Amino acid sequence: MHTKNISELAAGLRAGEYSSVELTRHFLERIRRLDGGLNSFISVCEDAALAMARAADERLQRGGAGPLTGIPIAHKDIFCTQGLKTSCGSRMLDNFIAPYDATVVERLKRAGAVTLGKTNMDEFAMGSSNETSFYGPVRNPWDGDAVPGGSSGGSAAAVAARLTPAATGTDTGGSIRQPAALCGVTGLKPTYGRVSRYGMIAFASSLDQGGPMTASAADAALVLQAMAGFDERDSTSAEQPVPDYGAELEHDLAGLRIGLPREYFGEGLDAAVAESVEEAVGEYRRLGAEVVDISLPNTHLAVPAYYVVAPAECSSNLARFDGVRYGHRCEDPKNLEDLYKRSRAGGFGDEVKRRILIGTYALSAGYYDAYYLKAQRIRHLISDDFKHAFDRVDVIMGPTTPGTAFRIGERTDDPVSMYLSDIYTIAANLAGLPGISIPVAPVDGKPVGLQIIGNYFAEARLLNVAHKYQQVTDWHTKAPEGYL
Amino acid sequence: MSLDRADVEKIAHLARLEVEPDDMAAIAAELSNILELVEQMNAVDTEGVAPMAHPLHMVQRLRADEVTETNRREAFQAIAPQTEAGLYLVPKVIE
Amino acid sequence: MQWETVIGLEIHAQLATKSKIFSGASTAYGAEPNTQACAVDLGLPGVLPVLNGEAVRMAVKFGLAIGAEIAPRSVFARKNYFYPDLPKGYQISQYELPVVGRGHVDIDLEDGSTKEIGVTRAHLEEDAGKSLHEDFHGMTGIDLNRAGTPLLEIVSEPDMRSAAEAVAYARKIHALVRYLEICDGNMQEGSFRCDANVSVRPRGQEAFGTRAELKNLNSFRFLERAINLEVERQIDIIESGGEVVQETRLYDADRNETRSMRTKEEANDYRYFPDPDLLPLEIGHAFIGEVMKELPELPDAKRLRFEKDYALNHRDALALTASRELADYYEAAVTASGDEPRLTANWVTGELAAALNRDALDISASPVCADMLGGLIKRIADQTISGKIAKQVFEAMWRGEGDADAIIEAKGLKQITDSGAIEKIVEEIVAANPAQVEQYRSGKEKIFGFFVGQVMKATKGKANPQQVNELLKKRLSS
Repeated sequence: MHTKNISELAAGLRAGEYSSVELTRHFLERIRRLDGGLNSFISVCEDAALAMARAADERLQRGGAGPLTGIPIAHKDIFCTQGLKTSCGSRMLDNFIAPYDATVVERLKRAGAVTLGKTNMDEFAMGSSNETSFYGPVRNPWDGDAVPGGSSGGSAAAVAARLTPAATGTDTGGSIRQPAALCGVTGLKPTYGRVSRYGMIAFASSLDQGGPMTASAADAALVLQAMAGFDERDSTSAEQPVPDYGAELEHDLAGLRIGLPREYFGEGLDAAVAESVEEAVGEYRRLGAEVVDISLPNTHLAVPAYYVVAPAECSSNLARFDGVRYGHRCEDPKNLEDLYKRSRAGGFGDEVKRRILIGTYALSAGYYDAYYLKAQRIRHLISDDFKHAFDRVDVIMGPTTPGTAFRIGERTDDPVSMYLSDIYTIAANLAGLPGISIPVAPVDGKPVGLQIIGNYFAEARLLNVAHKYQQVTDWHTKAPEGYL
Repeated sequence: MSLDRADVEKIAHLARLEVEPDDMAAIAAELSNILELVEQMNAVDTEGVAPMAHPLHMVQRLRADEVTETNRREAFQAIAPQTEAGLYLVPKVIE
Repeated sequence: MQWETVIGLEIHAQLATKSKIFSGASTAYGAEPNTQACAVDLGLPGVLPVLNGEAVRMAVKFGLAIGAEIAPRSVFARKNYFYPDLPKGYQISQYELPVVGRGHVDIDLEDGSTKEIGVTRAHLEEDAGKSLHEDFHGMTGIDLNRAGTPLLEIVSEPDMRSAAEAVAYARKIHALVRYLEICDGNMQEGSFRCDANVSVRPRGQEAFGTRAELKNLNSFRFLERAINLEVERQIDIIESGGEVVQETRLYDADRNETRSMRTKEEANDYRYFPDPDLLPLEIGHAFIGEVMKELPELPDAKRLRFEKDYALNHRDALALTASRELADYYEAAVTASGDEPRLTANWVTGELAAALNRDALDISASPVCADMLGGLIKRIADQTISGKIAKQVFEAMWRGEGDADAIIEAKGLKQITDSGAIEKIVEEIVAANPAQVEQYRSGKEKIFGFFVGQVMKATKGKANPQQVNELLKKRLSS
């Protein structure tokens, strides 16, 4: 069952080949058996999952079932799930049982999807390797010594290892696309505002966006269909109609104009990865697309600007974790200040603290203009780069990451080198554009991701472009050894 | 910009994060490295470029003035570290 | 040395919306602790703010009322600091781009002149919760019901030069927000709060002195007292060679003193930045036009109209327009009186105001409603009763004995206007007091009052005084 795509699973449920309860048990059993070595889940909610599966089975019987009814899904532990622990990968929220569902969770529930559990992640989504999780690192199913990427590393690893047909992720600087690339799955970061952020624990509010992580683009279309749409509880949610993503998958790519930004193929890119990406671009040529060279001249400024904007917003967003109303509180606080300082120091890990400090500094008196405002201006330049590019091309393609999955521990002592692993993904967040990563030919047995960036609200186009490639290739169907 | 110990102390206090004295130097060095990365921004002239705080050019939507929330104190306080008589308790605040 | 006082006020007016500024929780006052604090107000993880349109509408109303520019685009910013009554670790406020720009109000001074006070800006923000310091095993209890209540912070220019001016300004703003029905103005419950920035400088000096910010001024009386105390304190310090420190001082009404608050944060560094959870607020002409149509007649315009239409003097017109309720009462009473604006003004500012004051009642709680007072005045005007008797009737109405006509009837207070009847009494009085008549006729005209008194006494005050005068004069000089 775990090798089937979502449409096939849904067809099986309708045909009565198996029930949602059986399907759910199958994946729960795989998690039990296989996740010990991966650590991709923080919590598994067997009872709740089976109850949801039973309800889905009734709905399948009764009628009114949708394409996701009865399909198991895992949520990144950044999404609030009512009655379930929502830790955000942090000791701070190790005891936090969310009293409400995130809009994304609510919508997927309404669609009939079955929540298997909550996936591991970098603490508060701050990291690119899943090593900052309070619950320990996640291992890459393709190479147990390598990281799965981050911050949605648990979701990526779980989908890659076929422990769940689909998972949710969030992407602030590449946190869906980068782990999708390193784990060989399909990961879509929608346009900012496409998916509600309500109940998604904020890291950097102007950059965060939730999206689906699945084996294929066709599956991602189904999951995004349920996730996307206007939410009156999120002021930044876009009042844009949601197209029928499934119906748009099959458009012919003849005449598609693909831009290859020269800045994404320069220094720092692993030669073998470059070759793999170029080979995929060749496939698109064969599909009738036209490939042009373009330039995104401010690309080199994306990481620097991001490491001001994201920490600045995070330093403020994470101020609510103060040990007063929920979350970790230190033992025997001597006074109020002691309560704050020790609860926060004890509840947050090093990377989170580092970013809070940087962000606090960037916003503080005397530095605001030089750091925060400067970064916002650069953000404008980066956004303009894309605007000009999309005057000429339909989509932009390049590598998702400069290399394949690195070894666990390799970059933990060097935050800056870790930050640079998001060099190709961050710009889309700064501009608010949608991007998808799909697996292309691996290098030394390790997955490589092709990133496709589209114009605002062009998710249907991205899924279409990704899907057409997946119809003529089979990289997305490959699963790591031991997980088939 | 290179941060020193006093800078770290100041921002750690603003951020209400306890930092062990022994860790100060290491943190100062790490933060300085990040700032070095960040300061690559200075290579470009942004004179006349408007700051962009939001990716989309949308404006604030207005909500109708309606009471939609009900009392959920019990559920919210079930996850609180310390409450009494419906209040959240903190060490004495001196005014 | 001659000292000049410089005062600027920051007024926080809680906007009278049903729900909070960024959440759908109720703003009703006095609920059980934390029962009106929803997930957004508590700053639970992942929740987001959505702006209450009514709060915006109210802010715009205020802006239009003070002749201010309404910002076509304003921005919500986060003011970051840690405090237990501030759940998110930041307050959502407006910083660089407030919704209401520069405006002004005119205040009326003791000497009858008016003075223009500049309003620098007014911006929308959320209120914080409350810390309860009574003992919970040595701990403080936090109630977040108030957290997220919409506030309009109205910042004045440092244009006031005395405590009296500051009070006049605060009263003016108070009247305005109540006229506009955007704030209930209840100072005890904290719906209308004033902070005063006070400094002194040698008269003639241009530069401002170092200021202190006074807080906890929850009545106009306390505002006045606290400012006067602070001015004295600062002058004492300077005159004894010291220096005023910039600080926040709390007014203690019980001890009638101000004392320094321990600074919240040594170096206040609020790290303001645009709130990324909220988008720029854009207000177009259509919206402003709509709000403009809803604007009621404002105090100054009403006062001018009263002066003109009702031929009132400045002082009375000012008093009668001090609140919208009082002005409405007055106008209803004028109508009920059969159009006796001056007489009605005298009664409202005189007898009625005194009675309200004596019983500590608000005009809305007056036992004598506008129709009843008008009815009474009508009877004075048509000479059914004299002004003196009217006071008796008013007292009876105040006690709830019915309307004027019923009381006049029941007590037989109707004025005697029958000349024959009065003449008869005059005749009797003249006959009974020959000595006084002699004195009067020999030139001691002062004694005339004695005869009037006697006639009134004989008629229990009901004789028409004018007729009594005329008839007495006629009889005594014949």
